[in-house]
Amino acid sequence: MEKVKRVAKAIPRIRDATIHSVKKLSDKTLHKKEEASNFLTDFANAILFVNLVIKETFSREFEFKEFLRQCYMIGNKTLPLISVTGAIMGLVLTIQSRPVLVEFGAESMLPGMVAISLIREMGPVITALIFAGKIGSGMGAELGSMKVTEQIDAMEVSSTNPIRFLVVTRALAATLMLPILVLYADALGILGSWAAANIKGDVTLSLFFRQAFGSIGFIDLIPAIIKTFLFGAVIGFVGTYKGYNAGRGTESVGVAANSAVVLGSLLVLVVDMIAVQITDMFV
Amino acid sequence: MTEAKSKIAERQVNESKKPILEIKNLKISFNGKAVLTDTSLTLNEGENLVVLGKSGTGKSVLIKCVVGLLIPDAGTIKVFDTDMTSLNKKQFSQMRQKIGFLFQNGALYDSMTIKQNLEFPLVRLMKDLSKKERESKIVTALENVGLPDVLNKMPSELSGGQRKRVSLARTIIVDPLIMLYDEPTTGLDPVTSDEISQLINDIQKQLKTSSIIITHDLRCAQQTADRIMMLDEGVIHMEGTMEEFEKSDDPLVNAFFNANIN
Repeated sequence: MEKVKRVAKAIPRIRDATIHSVKKLSDKTLHKKEEASNFLTDFANAILFVNLVIKETFSREFEFKEFLRQCYMIGNKTLPLISVTGAIMGLVLTIQSRPVLVEFGAESMLPGMVAISLIREMGPVITALIFAGKIGSGMGAELGSMKVTEQIDAMEVSSTNPIRFLVVTRALAATLMLPILVLYADALGILGSWAAANIKGDVTLSLFFRQAFGSIGFIDLIPAIIKTFLFGAVIGFVGTYKGYNAGRGTESVGVAANSAVVLGSLLVLVVDMIAVQITDMFV
Repeated sequence: MTEAKSKIAERQVNESKKPILEIKNLKISFNGKAVLTDTSLTLNEGENLVVLGKSGTGKSVLIKCVVGLLIPDAGTIKVFDTDMTSLNKKQFSQMRQKIGFLFQNGALYDSMTIKQNLEFPLVRLMKDLSKKERESKIVTALENVGLPDVLNKMPSELSGGQRKRVSLARTIIVDPLIMLYDEPTTGLDPVTSDEISQLINDIQKQLKTSSIIITHDLRCAQQTADRIMMLDEGVIHMEGTMEEFEKSDDPLVNAFFNANIN
């Protein structure tokens, strides 16, 4: 009898706990559903944005002057950083790999190995990541603050298409400037490698460069250049998309800059992975 | 004749003039929250219409709908007898050239000098002008707002009042017929506010513009209004002259005016 009473007493508690758990689960499900819906909306918006930008790129009223200004700004802004990064890449790669090559008696392969590593993978990816940090965040912050301070609205009121003036010029400049910067970084990387090789060895610049370029074929160079165009486009689109679609508050400027770097860098790696798989099919 | 009487006389003249901007039954909502529920107003040729109201009542939303920065859910906006909601993108852009919009914080382009800021709309909207004509227009516009020496400065080098003046110069440089002012005196000291109000009146007289002035600054309203409308909860709550508003025993109007005086 006592047992029955205890069970009867416990029933409302169990019922309440069950209702609470079900409610919590339902709230969680709703929240997840909302998150999924937001993600899908954001994804659809990004696709529409890219579509709009591509359409405006081929518009007759292309903002050529602003495009040239952006090319200059992007190149000029990143040049010192890319110079240092490029030289250090070659230097570090040589210092790290030289002892192993010496051990196998393959020291003469050093210039070729460094050149292939730099041109195929390290140069494009590291330069693109630095570029995403510097230019992608700059685009996100600049367009974000323009949105917050109604400068984009002012442009629209002046009958200027802000997508054409702000987004197309920046995205296109990023797409075209990154491959140039990557080639420059590769060249400095090989120069850095020669400097590192001369710390413990003695090799002339012309011999080093002859050996480095002698081992590079079209299959190393062309896919690497093509993928840097894609990296530049990805960074340009992400940076401008995040800035252009920033919220109205000041905190959204920081969020736009931050997410431009994070998403830009992540997509660079994803594109690289796909590009490597595709290149591998032809080698 | 006192200033109030002259404003009444001006109002009578304006009433006889034809309407150039007509907003009818405008509705707009954001995330399910209605901001403008049924707003209608008419702006007559050559008049300064002040729209008063508390923050968040949809005053700025109203004029942003006129220039197409926001798309209304329902209602019509007629500018010079042309329904703006029925125009395509190109036609809308052409009509918008007749409307100048002064943004609350000036919205000057930070990365450009003052000269480039003023050149920006000129190059795009008045393509036929020669370089010399453009430069002359820029100098005149800056002289009109009392800032002839800031041509090569950056916006960040200017004070709040100066930024607003330059922004006004950028707006009037393309000779708009209708001016929309979004909180023109917000964030300014009383002296600079008075100067901006005076500029609004000068522009109305010199350029023969018709204006909608969105504000919650009664002093600005007193100095500029030919007619006043009060917006509350998405509808026009009251319409009249400054005198009629001051004498009104409407609780909302009283609360607004008393709070402003205090």
